[in-house]
Amino acid sequence: MTSNLVSGATGDWEVVIGLEVHAQVFSNAKLFSGASATFGADPNQNVSLVDAAMPGMLPVINRECVRQAVRTGLGLKAKINLVSVFDRKNYFYADLPQGYQISQFKQPIVGEGMLSIDLPDGSSRDIGIERLHLEQDAGKSMHDQHPSKSYIDLNRTGVALMEIVSRPDMRSSIDAVAYVRKLRSILRYMGTCDGNMEEGSLRADVNVSVRRPGEALGTRTETKNLNSLRFIQQAIDFEVVRQIEVLEDGGEIDQETRLFDTTTGTTRTMRSKEDAHDYRYFPDPDLLPLVISQDEVDELAAALPELPDQIKDRLTDNYGLSAYDAAVITDERETALFYEAASHGHDRKLVANWMTVELFGALNKSGQTLAECKVTPESLGGLVELISNGTISGKIAKDVFAVMFKTGRDAASIIEERGLKQVSDSGVIEALIDAVIAANEDKVAEYRAGKEKLFGFFVGQVMKQSGGQANPGIVNQILRTRLDG
Amino acid sequence: MVDILDLGAVEARAALHAGEISAVELASAYIAAAEETAGLNNYVALTAEHALEMAAISDARLAKGEAGLLEGVPIGVKDLFCTAGYSSTACSNILRGFTPTYESTVTANLWREGGVMLGKLNCDEFAMGSANETSAYGPAINPWQTADGTDLVPGGSSGGSASAVAARSALLATGTDTGGSIRQPAAFCGVVGLKPTYGRCSRWGIIAFASSLDQAGPFSRNVADNALMMQAMSGFDPKDSTSADVPLQDLSAAVMMGVKGMKIGIPSEYVINGMDPEVTTIWQHGQDWLRAAGAELVDISLPHTRYALPAYYIIAPAEASSNLARYDGVRYGKRVEADSLDEMYALTRAEGFGEEVQRRIMIGTYVLSAGYYDAYYLKAQRVRRLIRNDFDTAFETVDAILTPATPSAAFPVGRKVDDPVTNFLNDVFTVPANLAGLPGMAVPAGMNGDGLPLGLQLLARPFDEATLYAAGQVLEDAAGFVANPTRRAGGV
Amino acid sequence: MSVDKTTVTKIARLARIHVSDERRQAIATELNGILSWVDELNEVNTDNVEPLASVTGHSLPMREDVVTDGDRIDDVLANVPETKGGFFVVPKVVE
Ligand SMILES: [Mg+2]
Ligand SMILES: [Zn+2]
Repeated sequence: MTSNLVSGATGDWEVVIGLEVHAQVFSNAKLFSGASATFGADPNQNVSLVDAAMPGMLPVINRECVRQAVRTGLGLKAKINLVSVFDRKNYFYADLPQGYQISQFKQPIVGEGMLSIDLPDGSSRDIGIERLHLEQDAGKSMHDQHPSKSYIDLNRTGVALMEIVSRPDMRSSIDAVAYVRKLRSILRYMGTCDGNMEEGSLRADVNVSVRRPGEALGTRTETKNLNSLRFIQQAIDFEVVRQIEVLEDGGEIDQETRLFDTTTGTTRTMRSKEDAHDYRYFPDPDLLPLVISQDEVDELAAALPELPDQIKDRLTDNYGLSAYDAAVITDERETALFYEAASHGHDRKLVANWMTVELFGALNKSGQTLAECKVTPESLGGLVELISNGTISGKIAKDVFAVMFKTGRDAASIIEERGLKQVSDSGVIEALIDAVIAANEDKVAEYRAGKEKLFGFFVGQVMKQSGGQANPGIVNQILRTRLDG
Repeated sequence: MVDILDLGAVEARAALHAGEISAVELASAYIAAAEETAGLNNYVALTAEHALEMAAISDARLAKGEAGLLEGVPIGVKDLFCTAGYSSTACSNILRGFTPTYESTVTANLWREGGVMLGKLNCDEFAMGSANETSAYGPAINPWQTADGTDLVPGGSSGGSASAVAARSALLATGTDTGGSIRQPAAFCGVVGLKPTYGRCSRWGIIAFASSLDQAGPFSRNVADNALMMQAMSGFDPKDSTSADVPLQDLSAAVMMGVKGMKIGIPSEYVINGMDPEVTTIWQHGQDWLRAAGAELVDISLPHTRYALPAYYIIAPAEASSNLARYDGVRYGKRVEADSLDEMYALTRAEGFGEEVQRRIMIGTYVLSAGYYDAYYLKAQRVRRLIRNDFDTAFETVDAILTPATPSAAFPVGRKVDDPVTNFLNDVFTVPANLAGLPGMAVPAGMNGDGLPLGLQLLARPFDEATLYAAGQVLEDAAGFVANPTRRAGGV
Repeated sequence: MSVDKTTVTKIARLARIHVSDERRQAIATELNGILSWVDELNEVNTDNVEPLASVTGHSLPMREDVVTDGDRIDDVLANVPETKGGFFVVPKVVE
C-alpha cells in the first residue's frame, strides 16, 4: 500500500481511517414505536408518546427492523448473533427525550463481516466490518430560528438506525469514499436503507489518524455526521493535512470529536466538549434479550437478492466486461437490472459501452434518473443489435440514440423513417469513391508520393458524400485497393 | 344495617347486583369518607365529580345486566399511575401540573371492569421511600395510632393507598411494589396487599422507578377482595415488552382452596437482628395456623437473603437514574428558566426532585459510571441471580414461603434518621421477591402491644398467585384480625 | 473507593442536578455511607455467576411494521412548558 503514503515535510505518513456509518433502516414505523418513519412531515407530527418519552411509556420492537438488520448483516457476509441485547446509552441532549438512546453495546445483532470496495483503477480490496447494531435515531435541533432559543422536532426520534462500524482498514479518502459508495450500493440492493444521503438516511462518522509507516496507530479524531461523499473526502483530506502539520510541528493530536464545516470544507473542535462523556451503558430493563432463530436467518438468507459483487463477477467472468465497467453498471441495482435486460441476446460488451458512455452521459447531462429515462432496456438492446448486424454505423447510431432518448421511440423506426440505413452495397460505395478520387487528383498524387495520412481525408470525404451511411469497413477496404493498387 | 363503608368489595358487588345499594350511593359514601379523613393526607386529588359520573354509568350497566367484575366499586389510584385527564405526578414537584392524555393499562383494565375512580393517592416521590414521607404533597398518615395519639407513617411507597383502604376512604386501591412498596404499607396499615409476579400487571402508563423490579398490585381489606381486584387489573399487554402472556389462575376459587397438603417453607435467614420480638411471635402464630389447617412446615435456607438489600440499593437507583432522565423541563412538568440548556436541566432537576430522589439518582449515576459498573452494577446483578437461585432451589421442595412482612410495626411520622441505610431496612423482608420476580402477599395477622397491626408475608413460585390467595385466606381466617383503625371514616 | 467533593461534582454534572457547593460534602458523606454498606456484596463469591438483568425468562416480543401511532401533536405538546410553531423550545444550544 506504499502508493497511499502521504509525504510531509519530514517524511512519509500513513493514513488510517475507520468509518461508523449510520444507515436509516427502511421500514414503515419506528424501531420502538408505531409512529411513521417517513421523512418530511410537519414538526412533531410523526411522534408517538413513546418517542416523546412521556412518563410511563414503554418500547416495543419492530420485527421488520430486526429482519432488515439481519439482511444487511448477511449482505456483509457477517456473523448473525442469534441473541443480542439492547442497552441504554445515557446522556442529556435537547433532541434526546428519554435522556438515553436505546442502542446495542456489548452484544450487537451482527458481528464481524467484510465489504469489498471497488477502486477507481478497477482493483478491489476487502475492508473488515467490526459490527452492526440497531439503535434509535435522535430528534433534530434547529439553532438558527431564534437568537436565544433552539427549536426541537422529534420526528426522527426513535427511527431505526443500523450503525455499521468498519475496521480501520482504509488508507485514503478514496478508500473511504469507495467504502461508503459500496456500502450504500449493498444497502440499496437489499432494500434495507434508501441510501439517501441528502435526507440523512446515510451519515458517516470518520475516524482518522496518521502514523509513520510500520508504527503503532496514532491518536484519532472523529468527525461526525457527514452526509455526502464529497464531505467525507474533504473532511478526511483536511484532517490528514492538519494532523501531519500538528505532528511535524512537534504537537500532539487530541482524541476528540470534530465538526465539519460544509462551507469551508474544514473541521473544527466541538465547542461543547467540556465534559468527557460517560455514557453509563447498561441493559435496558424495559426490553429483554432479542432472540432470533437460525431458521429465520436461513429464510432471510434464501430470499436475499443477488448482490453487486455476485453480478459483477458474472459480468467480468462470463460477459467479458472490464472490472471498471462492471463496477459502474452494478453500482445501483436498477442499473444492473437494466443492463441485464438490455444486453440479453445482444453483444454484452457493446451494450455495456453504450450504457456507460452514451446512456449515462445523456442522463448526466439531462439530470434524469434511469427510472425517468424514456429509453427502455429492450430499445437499447435493439439499437446495439442494429450496430452489430451492420444496419447502421456507430456514428449514425449516436444520432439515432439522441432521438431515442428524447422521444422514447425505438431505433428501427427512427432509422426507417429517416432512411439512415447503412450502405454496404460495394457498387454504390465504389461509385462514391470514384467520384471523390476524380475530384481530388492532386491529393491522390500526394498520397501516392508517400503522404499516407491523407488516407483519413479520403475516408471522410466518402462518408460525407454518403451522408454518413456508408459502411466504414467497406469504404476502407475499397479505398485501400483503389489508392494503393 | 351495616355501615356501607364496611362492605368488602365482594360484598359490595353482591349488594350492587341485588339492588340493595347503588353505585352512586357507594361512591358518594366514599367521597364523603375521603373528605372526612382528609387529615390523613392520603389523597392528593379527589375526583369526586368523575367518580359520580362513573358510578352513574355503573348503575346503568348493572341495570342492563352488563356489569363488569368490579362494577360500581370505588377505587383509589396511586399517583404513580397515569390517568387520562387527571393530574399524575408521582408526588413529585417535577411533575406538578402534568396531566396525561393517556390511561395506564392497569387503571384502564379496572375501569373496563366497572371500577369507579375516586382520585389519586399519595405516595413517596417516584415511589422512593418506605414511609410516604418523601412525597411533595407531604406525608400521608396511617389511620392507626398509638394510644397516646402519635401520628404514624403508613409505610411506603404506596402509603396513601394503604392508608386510604384502611381508613375506608377507598374500598380498593392500586399500588406499585419495587422493593416492598405494597407489602410493607399493607402490613403497617393492617390491610391485604399483593405484589404479583413480575410481568403479571402491565407497567404501561405507570411512572417508572426501577423497570426490572416495578410491579403494580392491589390493596384491599380482605383476601377475597384482593383476588377480585387482581383478576380485573392484571393481564398480558403487548405494549409492555416485559408483560407475561401466562393465563391467570382462577383466584376466586383459590381463596377457598385451603392449604391441606401444602408445603410451606420457613427460611432461617429471616430471623434478623433488631427485629421486634412481637414480630417473631406473630410469625410463630402464622406457622401454627397453617399447620393447623393441614400444611406441612419445612425449614428452608435462602442463604443470600442478607445481600438482597444492598444489591437492591444498587440496581434500583441505577435504573432510576436513567428512568428519571426524561424529567428535564423540555416536554412536560416543571421548568426553571435559564440561559443555557444545561443550566436549565440542572436547576429544573435540583428544584423539581426531592432530596431522596436526588440521592438515589446520584447513587445510580455513580454505580453505572466508568470504572464502577463492574464493581457495583454487575456485581449486584450476579448476586441477584444467586438470590433467584436460592428461591428456585427452595421451591423444589416447598409450595410457599412464610415470613414476617416487616421487621417492626409502623413508626412515628418525622422520626429522625441520620443514616439513610436505616430507612432501607424497612424493606429487608420484601426486597428479595422483587429481585427474584416472585409474587408476594402481605396479610394482617395481629397486633403488637401498642395496638398496631403486624403483617405476615407469603411468597410463591412465579405465576402461582393462587397459592398465595389460598394460604392468605387461611391466615386471615385464623388471625381473625379486625381492621378498625382509630382514624377511620364512618364507623361508630 | 471513597466519594469526595470532586466526585460529587462529576456525578451531579452527569445527572444534570445542580448541587450547591455547601451541599457537596454532605452528599459525599451520605454516598460513602451507602457505598460502604453495599460493599458487603464483596463477601459473596460470584465467580462464574451470570448477571441477572431480567427475571421474565421470555425473549423480546416483536410487533409488526405497521404505522399505528403518531399524528397526535396535541397530545405530544399538551403539557409542554414552551412551544412555537409545533416545536419544543429550549434555551439555545451551542455546539
Ligand atoms: Mg460515532
Ligand atoms: Zn450510533
